[in-house]
Amino acid sequence: MNQVNYSITTPQAQLVRVAEIAAAWHGRPDKLMDVILEVQHIVPALAEDVAAVIAREMGISQNDVYSFVTFYSLLPVRPSGRHTIRACSNAPCHVRGSKAVMQGIEDFLKIRPGETTEDGMFTYTLCSCLGICDSSPAIMIDDKPYGNLNYESVQMLLKRYIREDVDAWNR
Amino acid sequence: MAMVHATINGISVAVEAGTTILEAAKKIHVNIPTLCYHEDLAVKAVCRICVVEIAGMKLMQTACSYPVSEGMVIYTDSPKVLKARKTILELILAHHQQNCLSCAKNGSCELQNLAAELNMSHALHFDPETTNFPIDDSSPSIVRDPNKCIQCRRCLEVCNTIQTVGVLSVEGRGHDSKICPPYGKQMVDTACVNCGQCLQVCPVGAITLHDNEDRYMAAREAGKTMVVQIAPSVRTTIAEALGEEVGTVSTGRLVSALKILGFQYVLDTDFSADLTIMEEGTELLQRIQNGGTLPMITSCCPGWVKFCETFYSHETEHLSTAKSPQQMFGAIIKTYFAQKLKLEPGNIFSVSIMPCTAKKFECARPEMHASGYRDVDLALTVLELARMIRATGINFAELPETPFDQPFGTGSGAGEIFAATGGVMEAALRTVYEIVTGKTLEKLEFTAVRGVEGVKETSVDLGGTVVKVAVAHGLGNARKIMDAVARGKSEYHFIEIMACPGGCIGGGGNPTRSWQKVRQRTAAVYEQEKELPIRKSHENPAIKEIYHEFLPGPCSRKSERLLHTHYINRQDIL
Repeated sequence: MNQVNYSITTPQAQLVRVAEIAAAWHGRPDKLMDVILEVQHIVPALAEDVAAVIAREMGISQNDVYSFVTFYSLLPVRPSGRHTIRACSNAPCHVRGSKAVMQGIEDFLKIRPGETTEDGMFTYTLCSCLGICDSSPAIMIDDKPYGNLNYESVQMLLKRYIREDVDAWNR
Repeated sequence: MAMVHATINGISVAVEAGTTILEAAKKIHVNIPTLCYHEDLAVKAVCRICVVEIAGMKLMQTACSYPVSEGMVIYTDSPKVLKARKTILELILAHHQQNCLSCAKNGSCELQNLAAELNMSHALHFDPETTNFPIDDSSPSIVRDPNKCIQCRRCLEVCNTIQTVGVLSVEGRGHDSKICPPYGKQMVDTACVNCGQCLQVCPVGAITLHDNEDRYMAAREAGKTMVVQIAPSVRTTIAEALGEEVGTVSTGRLVSALKILGFQYVLDTDFSADLTIMEEGTELLQRIQNGGTLPMITSCCPGWVKFCETFYSHETEHLSTAKSPQQMFGAIIKTYFAQKLKLEPGNIFSVSIMPCTAKKFECARPEMHASGYRDVDLALTVLELARMIRATGINFAELPETPFDQPFGTGSGAGEIFAATGGVMEAALRTVYEIVTGKTLEKLEFTAVRGVEGVKETSVDLGGTVVKVAVAHGLGNARKIMDAVARGKSEYHFIEIMACPGGCIGGGGNPTRSWQKVRQRTAAVYEQEKELPIRKSHENPAIKEIYHEFLPGPCSRKSERLLHTHYINRQDIL
């Protein structure tokens, strides 16, 4: 089983940039979302050291940052694989067979939601509605949504990601 | 204040505007069941068990959070409410691991009581959906079992807002959220100061005491010489833990019970509290006279000491180097006491009965072995002792009164009031005043440092030198004082800080607290202190004896070695 690994060290240079962003909003806890939206483009994950820097610079508590980050399923607290697969777990997709899609992913990659494949290629998580219920069941890989999937087609899609000719699928 | 009028179950009630339905109902003795509600904490309204029906409203509202308005008609006993309440309870139970018989909270669990109150006499209508998270027993003081958590969020408020330690956080969202330290950390790796206030408010068995009864049992079986010391506050809370009235003082019965539990020597921590006053008081005078670091801050409270080492790691020089009474006694028991009674110190198993979960951490600190052995082998809390007394089959109410064993069974009233917030300060002032001025103190009570206000301050004229003192209890209040100290802006000479709100009497190892109970206990402490023959530490004959026979004097080389300690920087935990 994949062990949950929280401990990563964020490079010092990135932390300095994080500190710069957060310091602008000292004493303004309401600006936490803006800070995190900016920071997530800099660091690989909103890990402990990143949260510590944000908390220190903004004058809030570190576990407030943690609670905030974990509230949103799109914000990662640990480093993810090269591609992040998010499968919609809400009702419309469920009705149209998202269970089979999830099963397809799990059987193909041999991982459970929240885990990363051993080679670091894929991280698989569940998420809430992607807003494309018309083409449900839907998943999103990185920032690209895919709809109308089933047990077989989702595995085909993942194969393309592994072969790195996913552009053909998108076309 | 404007009054509003409402009807609850047909009974009219007039309350101040802004009063919640729950408070209004209490006024006319209408009982509304609650779960996440706690009288001392902010309203959470997450458990929904207190729903009531309001005429003209489609949805039911939670009584703990909804304010009464003019002309409101409220029903707390309609079939709709009763049915909803039961459904809500069943939904909570479906998520709660139901191994009640082997749970530490069995018998004192609020969820269990609620299920009994609401007549849960049938099988659940829902399939149970429990979790299987690992149990975290890494902390020496508390055990966290997330599977039993009902997400009431009381512990979050206590840890983050009241104590401002900030160890617990919410992970995830909604149904899947979990209360735990951030980033998958274990409790032992966090800044947790072991104050145990979270276990005081946890309604279920999600946060419980780290039970060390087995170690006592093993030592007893191994035939060790069992020596026990009893903290000042324990005599006021043990009877309460065994079902007697709050504030019942039971010193003599407690000694009898410990004798039955196999302790050959039952000693009084009041004595070493007096010893602490002698050492700490002398240190304070030396600092004032020799220009040492001021303000000096008490170091009796292990929760506070760890807090200071972690969050104010640059200010640890302000801490008195004197050990806490527990550790002083530990060092004395394995040296002077052992010599005097011709005991082999290695064969002594030294136990302390404390109101405190942080004492478990303190006695395990590596530097606490001044006697050449572990100074205190095991710290047990009031809760553990109460369980032991119950399991042994001792009828506590009917026990005879037994005096403490000598030579360390005599404590003064000054040691006694260590139990309450402001007690250490008051005890120190009594002694320091008389030593400095050479006059007898007319009025022993320093009422300015008593009471439940968060930060208390006063000044005392010591024969020309005015000494400004402050007392804080609860770590949130400690922060207020420490921020000024850290900026170098503090004008006090001496500060007493206790980690738990209310002092030791409100500590984490006591029976479940509320401010109401803490006030009653505090009153009982001061009440019995008035009756004691000796009320000043330096007049305690046992103290005179130890400074005559064993120690050359307060803050001498020998007492520095045995009774004083040093602090470490724990900033890197943050």
